[in-house]
Amino acid sequence: MATEAHGSGGGATGYIVHHLTTLSAGEGFWTFHLDTLFFSAALGFTFIYLFKRAATKATSGVPGGLQNFVEMIVEFVDTQVKDSFHGRSALIAPLALTIFCWVFLMNTMDLLPVDLLPDIGKAVGLDYLRVVPSTDLNGTFGMSISVFFLIIFYSLKVKGPLHFAKEFMFHPFDHWLLIPFNLLLNTVEYLAKPVSLGLRLFGNMYAGELIFILIALLPWWIQPALSFPWAVFHILIITLQAFIFMVLTVVYLSLAHEDH
Amino acid sequence: MNINATLFGQMITFALLVWFTMKYVWPPLMQALEERKKKIAEGLAAAEKGQHEMELAEKKAVGVIKEAKDQAGEIVSLAQKRAAELAEQSKLAAKQESERIVAAAKGDIDREVQQAKEELRKEVAAIAVSAAEQILKKEVDQDKHRELISNLGKQLG
Repeated sequence: MATEAHGSGGGATGYIVHHLTTLSAGEGFWTFHLDTLFFSAALGFTFIYLFKRAATKATSGVPGGLQNFVEMIVEFVDTQVKDSFHGRSALIAPLALTIFCWVFLMNTMDLLPVDLLPDIGKAVGLDYLRVVPSTDLNGTFGMSISVFFLIIFYSLKVKGPLHFAKEFMFHPFDHWLLIPFNLLLNTVEYLAKPVSLGLRLFGNMYAGELIFILIALLPWWIQPALSFPWAVFHILIITLQAFIFMVLTVVYLSLAHEDH
Repeated sequence: MNINATLFGQMITFALLVWFTMKYVWPPLMQALEERKKKIAEGLAAAEKGQHEMELAEKKAVGVIKEAKDQAGEIVSLAQKRAAELAEQSKLAAKQESERIVAAAKGDIDREVQQAKEELRKEVAAIAVSAAEQILKKEVDQDKHRELISNLGKQLG
């Protein structure tokens, strides 16, 4: 794998840069990362297809293989949501399920050999291809900003605009002289949520992918010795990151539902 | 690596996925899980109830058996009493019958004794008359002493 890449790019740097360049269309801000859009949508569709099939055939009798598997995940997510979110909401649990499964599937793309899909892409005429949507900041921020909107929406809905504004100005220091300081503090606190949520997932997956790429640059006979342990370790990372994203989302939304 | 319009695409995809899951995936799965939970709970409750009922039935069966035994004993004792009564009755009837037969036999004997006496008396009278005839031959006029003879006969009777 590595030798071929050396030939096509400009040495190791060229190989890495090639792997980190997205297949994009458009100019400036209106650039679309086609690979990110395609793979995330395809994985999202996979998730929805599997779960919809299980949901359609769901019986209260003895469950089959797929239903068992799906129910296991659903119950796992449901337990997590019930543990940290105490209100009643038709949205939060399905949201958590979607986040967990989607992020997990996107992260799982990292376990494919780094050159497999890009080489296939090259064979059909695509110059660049990044297969892991969660190593694209747009992918992770797409979710975390959506979650941020939901936080704002639920804060306004549950607390009311007036109460929310008051909380923004008089929390944590209940004195009118400290209103500017409180505003600054709360703004940072609120903005930190989507930024940390998006950056954490992005950072972990980006680093993981980079290490796979670096391993692919080494001589072929040493690659398995490194990529196998890293891939095994990465199984933990991808699950953990999906889980963290889900749990933090639920926690943030549950905070938005609570009065201080 | 920069933020661009891909973000909107990702947000739309995300929103659609969440909407779909919320609308078509989560509710039926949850419903199935709830139903199964309910079914299991009902099954367990039914099992417990069945066990309880079985215990009750066992107790009831013991009671019924005891009652049946009591009744059987009563019937047996009643039958024994009745049998004793019947035996007593038949004994009494046999005694009465035998008494009746004895009485009848006694009556027969009395009648026959009477008859024998009568015959004997007639014979004695005849013998007496013939003896008197032989003794008083010629001297006795049959016609003259007819009254005397008949008186004698009467006296003998």
